[in-house]
Amino acid sequence: MADTAPLLEVAGVSKVFGALRALDDVSVAVKPGTFHGLIGPNGSGKSTLLKAIAGAHLPTAGTIRFAQWDITTWAPFQRARIGLSLKFQITAVLRELSVYDNILLALQSHESAWSLVWSRTRRRLDAQIMRALDRFRLANRANDLAGELSHGEQQWLEIAMALAPGPKLLLLDEPTGGMSPEERRMTGELLLPIKAECALVIVEHDLDFIKNICDHLTVLDQGRVLGDGTVREIEESPEIQKVYTSRV
Amino acid sequence: MLKIRKPLASCRRTFRALLAVELLVLAVLVVTPFLLQDRLDLITLATNIMILSIFGISFDMCWGFSGIMSFGQALFFGVSGYVVALIGRDLNFSAIWGVLPLAMLTGLILAFVLAVFLLLGRKMPGAIFVALGTLTGSYAAERLVSGWQYVGAGNGLSSIKLLQLGSFEFVEGFEFYTLALLSLLIVYLVCRFIVRSQFGLVLAGMRENEERLAFLGYRVQVFKALTFSFAGMAAGLSGALYSYHQGFIGPGNMGPGLSTTAVLYCLLGGTGTLIGPVIGTAAIELLSYGLSDIDAIRQFWPVVLGLVLLLIVMFQPAGLLGLVVSNRERIGSFGASARHSAHG
Repeated sequence: MADTAPLLEVAGVSKVFGALRALDDVSVAVKPGTFHGLIGPNGSGKSTLLKAIAGAHLPTAGTIRFAQWDITTWAPFQRARIGLSLKFQITAVLRELSVYDNILLALQSHESAWSLVWSRTRRRLDAQIMRALDRFRLANRANDLAGELSHGEQQWLEIAMALAPGPKLLLLDEPTGGMSPEERRMTGELLLPIKAECALVIVEHDLDFIKNICDHLTVLDQGRVLGDGTVREIEESPEIQKVYTSRV
Repeated sequence: MLKIRKPLASCRRTFRALLAVELLVLAVLVVTPFLLQDRLDLITLATNIMILSIFGISFDMCWGFSGIMSFGQALFFGVSGYVVALIGRDLNFSAIWGVLPLAMLTGLILAFVLAVFLLLGRKMPGAIFVALGTLTGSYAAERLVSGWQYVGAGNGLSSIKLLQLGSFEFVEGFEFYTLALLSLLIVYLVCRFIVRSQFGLVLAGMRENEERLAFLGYRVQVFKALTFSFAGMAAGLSGALYSYHQGFIGPGNMGPGLSTTAVLYCLLGGTGTLIGPVIGTAAIELLSYGLSDIDAIRQFWPVVLGLVLLLIVMFQPAGLLGLVVSNRERIGSFGASARHSAHG
């Protein structure tokens, strides 16, 4: 694993909003098949980094490479098409559409407009959609509106949407935000099996949750990388412990 | 096979109100010429309503289904109307097989050119930018033809050559009514096919959250440009039919005034449905026709109309159709599971 070329390489990325330097020369590498956690106190730049990777923010400086492409200035739709998938921090399921149609929308994103007009893939995708829903325990809610789901179920639906097109790298921004402890446990259970399919970058405040599912952690503080290593290395770092005990 | 808890029959049941309204409107349109055989003025009015309904649908494809605030829809309507009028005057040609496709092509190309500037930029354009851009296009075109003698300047073009099919001429009355009904039916069915397709699902998603769709891999601007161009084509058809039916086309038929009227048709009938603009057009045109004959109301009619629409926007934003059709039913379902009972 140590010799594998990184799937995602963030090199010297900075992001400035007016007088605020949200990211300052951040470098992170994510290897294929790994679960990579981004942790840090509030305002440390975790979500900004995730958005820069997904294309929501363009970096002020630095480069982002993904699967050998320099995607630093690519639009979000271009990044999604080469296998980068994002789950937003605030749930962004399409509330007026059915749960089923949310997944269909995610799955058909690579089809041409012409094919979509003729609905060429609607029937073919049916089984795939039901498998995706079943995996996230939403099969029995398929015909309900996404807006009728509980908060936890909406989070799962959004993860299912992000995962449906078969991404190479899944970016999850606080997937357990607002969930009950039981829902968090179930989310962990649902996420672990996807390691066989893609790499994961996850931003999460719940350290126990993130330690249980991640192989590698990057700690951010005030927009800078404070530490980077395996979960054990991070846990044993006195410098990082100091930041967490004083600021979290 | 996986089981879905909610019985699909309940979904089918919710679709029936909208379908019932559609069938009712169709039935009314089919029997109207037979009931009004002796009233040419009312048949002419009904023909006009159907032609303007196509125009209303074209706006609703932009706003109600795709979230594109086109405040210049009359541009495509008016320019196509002028094009067929000029071809009739200068080339003495008005064969239906040539002029109607030409009018549609004019609307399509014009809308596509506008879409390139307004919608196909690197970043997703804001609603205000698109609204002002289309409004400006419409206003500029109106001012241009108002001062251009070749196209009749402020007087417009009148005595337009009658639309022909071989030696048959479409005159006001039953003949033109049938043509307008067939045109409306075709436009309606094509739009219905599109908005119920997987493409329509993209439009529904786009209307709710454009950004989410971009992160799913959709180039939202392309879907907007395609829909905008298609809507321009439909507006072009209605402009040509209007031009032939009225025997006149003027600067006011491509300006912000008519563009805003299309917004009113949709708001009153109900945006985000295809039958809503038809109902809204009929309601406004019938009220205008009925009330403008009453001297006491005539001069206040635009104010009354404005107040009615203000009340609708405030208290019934889903329009008249929203009284009988639920939001869920309006948006509909797009997946195979809603059509087949495999999971039910």
